[in-house]
Amino acid sequence: MLGRTAHGLFWMFRYLERAENTARLLDAGLRMAVTRDLATAEEEWRSVIEAFGLRDAYEAKHGTYAGYQAWNFILRDPDNPASVLRMMGDTRTNARAVRSAITSELWEVVNESWMSIRDALAKPVGQGSVGEVVALVRRAGTLAHGAMHGSLLRNEGFHFARAGTLIERADCVARSLDLKYYLLLPSLSYVGSSLDRGQWENVLRSVSGDSAFRWLNAGEIDARAIVEFLVLDERFPRSLAFCHSALRDELAALARLHGREGESNALMRESDMHMANLTIETVFEQGLHEFLVDFMRTNSQIAAAIGEDYRFLR
Amino acid sequence: MAEPVSAFDEMYAEDGSIRPAYEGYCEWQEAQETAWLRRKHKDAETNFRKTGITFNVYGAEEAEERLIPFDMVPRIITSAEWRKLTRGIEQRVSALNAFIYDLYHRQEIIRAGRVPERLFRGNAAWLQEMVGFTPPGGVYTHIVGVDLVRTGPDDFFVLEDNARTPSGVSYMLENRETMMAMFPELFSQVRVETVSDYPRRLARSLAACAPKGCADKPNVAVLTPGIYNSAYFEHAFLADQMGAELVEGSDLRVKDGRVQMRCTKGYEPVDVIYRRVDDEFLDPLTFNPDSVLGVPGIMDVYRSGGITIANAPGAGICDDKAIYSFMPEIVEFYTGEKPLLPNVETWRCSDADSLAYVLDNLEELVVKEVHGSGGYGMLIGPTSSKREIAEFRKKLEAKPDNYIAQPTLSLSTCPIFTQKGLAPRHVDLRPFVLVSPDGIDVTPGGLTRVALKKGSLVVNSSQGGGTKDTWVLKE
Repeated sequence: MLGRTAHGLFWMFRYLERAENTARLLDAGLRMAVTRDLATAEEEWRSVIEAFGLRDAYEAKHGTYAGYQAWNFILRDPDNPASVLRMMGDTRTNARAVRSAITSELWEVVNESWMSIRDALAKPVGQGSVGEVVALVRRAGTLAHGAMHGSLLRNEGFHFARAGTLIERADCVARSLDLKYYLLLPSLSYVGSSLDRGQWENVLRSVSGDSAFRWLNAGEIDARAIVEFLVLDERFPRSLAFCHSALRDELAALARLHGREGESNALMRESDMHMANLTIETVFEQGLHEFLVDFMRTNSQIAAAIGEDYRFLR
Repeated sequence: MAEPVSAFDEMYAEDGSIRPAYEGYCEWQEAQETAWLRRKHKDAETNFRKTGITFNVYGAEEAEERLIPFDMVPRIITSAEWRKLTRGIEQRVSALNAFIYDLYHRQEIIRAGRVPERLFRGNAAWLQEMVGFTPPGGVYTHIVGVDLVRTGPDDFFVLEDNARTPSGVSYMLENRETMMAMFPELFSQVRVETVSDYPRRLARSLAACAPKGCADKPNVAVLTPGIYNSAYFEHAFLADQMGAELVEGSDLRVKDGRVQMRCTKGYEPVDVIYRRVDDEFLDPLTFNPDSVLGVPGIMDVYRSGGITIANAPGAGICDDKAIYSFMPEIVEFYTGEKPLLPNVETWRCSDADSLAYVLDNLEELVVKEVHGSGGYGMLIGPTSSKREIAEFRKKLEAKPDNYIAQPTLSLSTCPIFTQKGLAPRHVDLRPFVLVSPDGIDVTPGGLTRVALKKGSLVVNSSQGGGTKDTWVLKE
């Protein structure tokens, strides 16, 4: 397979995952905002914008954090380089570039999703339809993954697509956790309050983990247990542990196909060893924020190493 | 707009009866509900949009992707008609190949005084680098699209030869797929020759042209300028269908005397490259130094026999309309036979008498740039305003060598499906031809382009034309 094709598949799925996670986080932001009074809602939109690293771009344009402005900025603003519209466009552009390496099922769902999202975002999105747009984006991810699993040959292309998904997902989940930890709570005195619990519940919801968590914990919401679930529970497909365990398998499969291990496998092994010895106690001892920053750094180092190992670019 | 009188109608004879080619189709069509057909027409468009079968329009904002409109009434050719066409095409394409070989070798045809030397001397597509070199298998025009028009029952003319990088074959294939998906029962009533094996034929034909000494199974790649090229969809489609790699210039480099592609495992040699970039961009070391679309040094590898380039560099000279005007002589010279498929009558404006005639009759003629393509830079006399004609006259007088002129042909019509029922529109036909040392292979069918505007003779997709499925009936 061409290095450029591997690169295209990897990024096609990274952008798709990023669009989907952005929509999920936006969904969580919406839920938080509608359950708050106006002033608190503004604060929460500020946090959401900040979580996306968009504060400067946003404030260059808007003076206030009204929900309508915020979600339109996130979804479709041309001044937002990471808008959902842009990322869906990038997903499709990459799919087009690797058109001969993906099945028509996969191409068609990506193309159709892009068309419907583009149409839905052709005009500013009002209160009544923002939920539908978010659902469209989430469905785009579901359809593409379904088409991929159901039709794509299990050759290296499949593993690059999966690796892109998992790298991006791990990054997004870590980012959401960090956001909650750092930005959402007005002050430490709220820890354990009903506001705190509500926010944790929304973090769970944003990764579609609320019902799974309830099954496992008999309906109780507890910050520590949620962190443990999202960081360490390998059964949950959007936990950090799951993402890295699955990523390890993908990278191992690539190394087998290529008959040699690269820098990405070495980094992965290091990260594995670190994760294997981890308990929720050690995470909190180190500090959740510090742990997450470390994790995100390793994650992006692995991503860069994959590109080097498999000659993504000249 | 001047509607040409009494154009040949592919479906209906003069007395209103249905021509034999269309009997089966019309019988089926009359049994269908019009409302249902209308719905199907919409479905077809949705399907094309969904599958992303689009072409990009240069100059339009963000390289806008457009659909080429599809019309669901097929253009039908009987097997007897097709046999005649095939013989004519084979004769013509084989003469083209012999001609290009000759031009780059002994130039017998010029020595014999049958065509003038200036034909290639002043031709931008002429490549000095090809002189004395014979491509692997002796093939120059691996893939040819011959544009045909029809004016009467037995009157097919060649309008143009496309030996550079003819496009449109993906539409031929997708049009058939769409028709078969929409009307499966129709294909059990009317027996139509298959076109779907074209990619397999193409792959075989290209492999048969591999350079000597390459691996048992040649590595074939399609070279595209990239996703913003107007025909990118087709490049990806053909690579996909052939199971070949779709490469861009940046994926390739010359290493150890071979052209190699950057793969995840390292560099792998390419044996045959079906290139969809023009000569000029192929090798920045030999041609345009600013080009990033090609591969530095590929021409050296080519000349040392390390790779097959299809179509051969320099083969594009026969797309030139000045050479076109000599095709009857060329066919006779190399085959010793009269051309089975005539040219459209053509005046070379380089010739003083012809120029005088053309200038006197601009209102009735179609004047084309010798190197132009795609309906650009041309004058269609009968549909142009006095001012347009006056402006064109100045250009023509300034550079007569740059133009040829042809009569406004009464192109045949084939009905299209409109909201009000069937309506005749002018069509042309581009069959696709594959050339290898094993022979010449004409796929039974082709791309029928149709002018969607009433009376219009312009069928180019860039000028608002559409396409139809093309049927060759089984015997």
